[in-house]
Amino acid sequence: MNYPDNLKYSEDHEWIKIDGNIATIGITEFAQGELGDVVFIELPEVDDEINENEPFGTIEAVKTVSDMLSPLSGKVMEVNESLNDKPETINSDPYEKGWIIKIEFSDKSELKNLMDSKSYKEFVGK
Amino acid sequence: MNQEKKTPFYDKHLKLDAKIVNFAGFLMPISYEGINAEHLQVRKSVGVFDVSHMGEFNVEGENALEYLQKLTINDVSALINDQVQYTAMCYDNGGIVDDLLLYRFNENKFLMVVNGSNIEKDFQWAKDHLIKGVELKNDSDQIGLLAIQGPNSLKTLQKLTNVNLSDIDFYHFTEGKLAGIDMIISRTGYTGELGFELYHDISFSEKLWNDIFEAGEEYDIKPVGLGSRDTLRMEMKYCLYGNDIDKTTNPIEAGLSWITKLNCGDFVGKDALLKVKKEKLNRRLVIFKVEGRRIARHGYKIFVGDEEVGVVTSGTQSPSLKEGIGIGYVKRGHTKSGNEIEIDIRGKRYKAIIVKPPVVDSSPF
Repeated sequence: MNYPDNLKYSEDHEWIKIDGNIATIGITEFAQGELGDVVFIELPEVDDEINENEPFGTIEAVKTVSDMLSPLSGKVMEVNESLNDKPETINSDPYEKGWIIKIEFSDKSELKNLMDSKSYKEFVGK
Repeated sequence: MNQEKKTPFYDKHLKLDAKIVNFAGFLMPISYEGINAEHLQVRKSVGVFDVSHMGEFNVEGENALEYLQKLTINDVSALINDQVQYTAMCYDNGGIVDDLLLYRFNENKFLMVVNGSNIEKDFQWAKDHLIKGVELKNDSDQIGLLAIQGPNSLKTLQKLTNVNLSDIDFYHFTEGKLAGIDMIISRTGYTGELGFELYHDISFSEKLWNDIFEAGEEYDIKPVGLGSRDTLRMEMKYCLYGNDIDKTTNPIEAGLSWITKLNCGDFVGKDALLKVKKEKLNRRLVIFKVEGRRIARHGYKIFVGDEEVGVVTSGTQSPSLKEGIGIGYVKRGHTKSGNEIEIDIRGKRYKAIIVKPPVVDSSPF
């Protein structure tokens, strides 16, 4: 399993890429493997306010459906519209083309709850 | 269930890095490379399923036929040697104990093949109804079972046997050697494709697996998990016990009238089913397509307007169609194909259309 060093990770198996006050959020390689084939993703709208540990969308796989919980609070700046047509990108390229949303995060202190690559790898044990 | 059983192919699944789940007490592969890819592999070429979790009961003795006629709902007397029958066992109230395959070797020897999740319950039920002159034996732990399914299944297996596989009709079987191993070669399956199921002694499982994969190499043969077994059977509207049928459903409303033979001999549940047949059915199992890409899952409610008219029992995105499909019970008056219904998917309603099965252009005949 691959967990890039330049990303942060949440216990809900999301990766977070910090760039200034913008955070790009997706799900990890481990998470996509556990879900299996993703067939549909429900995304928030641009400008929606989302809160730490609250659902901002759902991800539907053949076998299961699960809420995506936001690792940070903030405002949605952009959503990955290409996932509407090709949700399977989340399986094939979870860290690049499979990104899910970009938010402007509002509370820097929430960043300390995130793990680095090494801690996340230990967390999932794979 | 505390005890986790392993099939004789468990080490193969681990080596292939399968995603393993506990299904009915067995550690089973749910998928290897992904449900969609495995599903299409079976529709287009050939795939191999480990279904050794299924249960096998040997029924022998001079009264075997009489016993099975009483125990199961189909007409056992219509079975000829080397033929397989899809049937079920019912409770006195008409609810379903299990659906099963019945193999006839001769009038005194049969094999019942039951769902892995129901082995203990079924064996107890069968034992409770045992009559003199019949010996009932649970051989489930000794028998390994591989299902080889897909348009290239016959060509793959033919390389390994002198038995002319084209001579075995749908829902028939033969006892013979394949890969040098004595087995039951059965022209059956749960996918809607041309396919075979191979019942063999577990001491030969590893060799059988290896030989089949070698023979199928030119067809790019692949292992297929239970995840795809589920999506394949849904496209055909084949019932899954525990989802679409159980002790609270009867075979008539489940669309299994064709295996419920009410005019030949007595069987457990017959009186209740005769009553069901005489009165109008309250609900019927239908298959539908869902608009959009959301999945209607087991337990979701079905509506027409403001009226709740049913419940979803199985659902997925059809890997063949890339459309949502589902199976569910719908109230009388709303069950015709072409009817529009709505599924409540986590608080929002989505349109669905009842269709005729199967949803794919496929035939195992």
